[in-house]
Amino acid sequence: MRILVVEDDKDVAGFVVKGLREAGHTVEHADNGRDGLFLAASENFDAIILDRMLPGGIDGLRLLETLRAQDNTTPVVFLSALGQVDDRVKGLKAGGDDYLTKPFAFAELLARVEALTRRGKSDGPTTRLAVGDLEMDLLSRTVRRGANKIDLQPREFRLLEYLMRHAGQVVTRTMLLEGVWDYHFDPQTNVIDVHVSRLRQKIDKPFDLPLLHTVRNAGYMLRAEEV
Amino acid sequence: MLKHGHKQDFEPARRRPKQLIRSAGIRFSLVYAAVFGVSAFLLAVSLWYSTVGLLQRQVESSIRGDALSLSTQYQFGGVPGLIAAIHMRLSETGDTESIYLLLDPLGNRIIGNLDQWPKRLTQVDTWYQLNVTRDGVNSLALLRAFALPGGEQMLVGRDVRARSELRNVLRDGLIWALGIMVVLGLLGAFVIRTMFRRMIKELSNTTRAIARGDLTRRVPKTGDGDEFDELADVINDMLDRISRLMDGVRQVSNAIAHDLRTPITRARARLEDASLHAHTADDLQSAIERATLDLDGIVGVFEALLRIAEIEAGSRRSAFTAIDLTPMLHDIDELYRAVAEERGLQLETAIASRLPILGDRELVQQAVANLLDNALKFSAPGTTISFLARADEAVIEISIADRGPGISEEDRDRATERFFRAETARSTSGSGLGLALVAAVAQLHNGTLHLADNHPGLRAVITLPMLEKKTQQ
Repeated sequence: MRILVVEDDKDVAGFVVKGLREAGHTVEHADNGRDGLFLAASENFDAIILDRMLPGGIDGLRLLETLRAQDNTTPVVFLSALGQVDDRVKGLKAGGDDYLTKPFAFAELLARVEALTRRGKSDGPTTRLAVGDLEMDLLSRTVRRGANKIDLQPREFRLLEYLMRHAGQVVTRTMLLEGVWDYHFDPQTNVIDVHVSRLRQKIDKPFDLPLLHTVRNAGYMLRAEEV
Repeated sequence: MLKHGHKQDFEPARRRPKQLIRSAGIRFSLVYAAVFGVSAFLLAVSLWYSTVGLLQRQVESSIRGDALSLSTQYQFGGVPGLIAAIHMRLSETGDTESIYLLLDPLGNRIIGNLDQWPKRLTQVDTWYQLNVTRDGVNSLALLRAFALPGGEQMLVGRDVRARSELRNVLRDGLIWALGIMVVLGLLGAFVIRTMFRRMIKELSNTTRAIARGDLTRRVPKTGDGDEFDELADVINDMLDRISRLMDGVRQVSNAIAHDLRTPITRARARLEDASLHAHTADDLQSAIERATLDLDGIVGVFEALLRIAEIEAGSRRSAFTAIDLTPMLHDIDELYRAVAEERGLQLETAIASRLPILGDRELVQQAVANLLDNALKFSAPGTTISFLARADEAVIEISIADRGPGISEEDRDRATERFFRAETARSTSGSGLGLALVAAVAQLHNGTLHLADNHPGLRAVITLPMLEKKTQQ
């Protein structure tokens, strides 16, 4: 994927760019708002990682508003030290697709960027999801693995649906909290781990090939092949 | 400029007249004196006119009646009858005030106690107040002339010298009274100004002392329960709140210094230790990872602190909407039930079917989640946690009770302070900010957080005001 990073802090930018390249992406970097806007408007990117406070007269919000005004729908993840609820709401209102507060874990940023680009691709309404021999019918709300029908609680169904929609990608605990439970803070208790392990009991335990994998220091991933 | 102003504050005696007018105390007392003086003056004037007017009207009606009876005599007995009547009146002893004079058509005096017709009396049927000479004595009289059908002229009057003396006495009395009133008014004004100055002085002494940094000073009360006492109460309440906030800030900065220094020290030590002593890449890797976790913990504390500050600032109140807590509480129950079961705990939940409030869903969610986190953290396997949400008449009560070690009674009041950790909680993980956040959320919603003994364990109760039905629909 082609990703644009607009970030003025040299160390943070270097760290993000290096990490994204290691993950196999092509990365462009701009260290001020003006250059960032020029690059974002003139070239095609799959995702933009955008700082809020930027030198060069154009801050992150203005940059994004200008971009959206030109009907540019490239997914944008804000990466900002402004972490209050209001700031978050402002960022999303300006057209941001996700908002990550500094300091951040790179795994979290990578997972969110990759999740966004996937979301951009699948436009049409899906009625059926499949990972390996695991199948989910969104209309009849049934789940099968091979020939076996799997009974899931409504929340387990939503959790699995989220994982299947992001199959092959790392999904962090925070993403699951936000996406499945609509929680915007980290509970002290390992609630997500417990729910994922219960889901794993149902979809993996009776079968030979595990589909739901734990990614160390990052989160979970649903995929058919071995990690 | 500032220095100049300061000097004036301390030397009020040297104020110039223009600044004197600017003194509120002097203005108040002047207004008082003016109102007092004007009302006293109006009272005197009205007293004067009603008294003097009454006397005048009495004399006039007496003259009128007398003249009427004399003209009746004239009608029936002609001039002789009239003369007889006047003569009879004049010879009556005791009556020294009546004045009569009858002239024939040629202007010659027929009868009367007046030596001659007053020169200035020229018109009939008109009131005159003139100096007359009666029996050789000068006097003041109210007079009225009447023309008789036979061409005679009759003068009827009353000596009003005595009444005019009475009037003078009254006037003098009123003038004296007015003078005394002015003096009293000025005296009252002075007293008011002094009282005012004294009250203000106590206020300004206190506030000045506080401005200089002595936050323990309070405005003294007069004990009368008057308006100044009320003002003193309000100001003292404000000062109490300010000093509590100051204490809070001081406590938080101390806590930050201490509670953040510890994990930062740990992270730093780990990194330094690794750079000095790690021999394998794996050692280095694990040291770095653990240091990163320490840093994440520090960031978590920061975020919790900022969030509490954000909540306490009250700005989120503008985003309040009408919400029903029931589905959200069921979600939390479902989220935590799995964890409770995993740990061999029983979660007993009862949530009412409708719990409408005006508030911030996310904040209440976090508050309840914090309480459940705590309950799970402190519960031993096999025990029960109860999670109840019910609606009373006007309040919604969310209570979470565990069978853990609880919080001792003396610690309970302080448990909602930032970074406070009870002795029993020292060994467990946590930042000591959870309950502070819950309390802040409850307060933001005009509710309360109450901690009680669950015999054994802790019962935490959030009380929130319920939204009225009509605004909900």
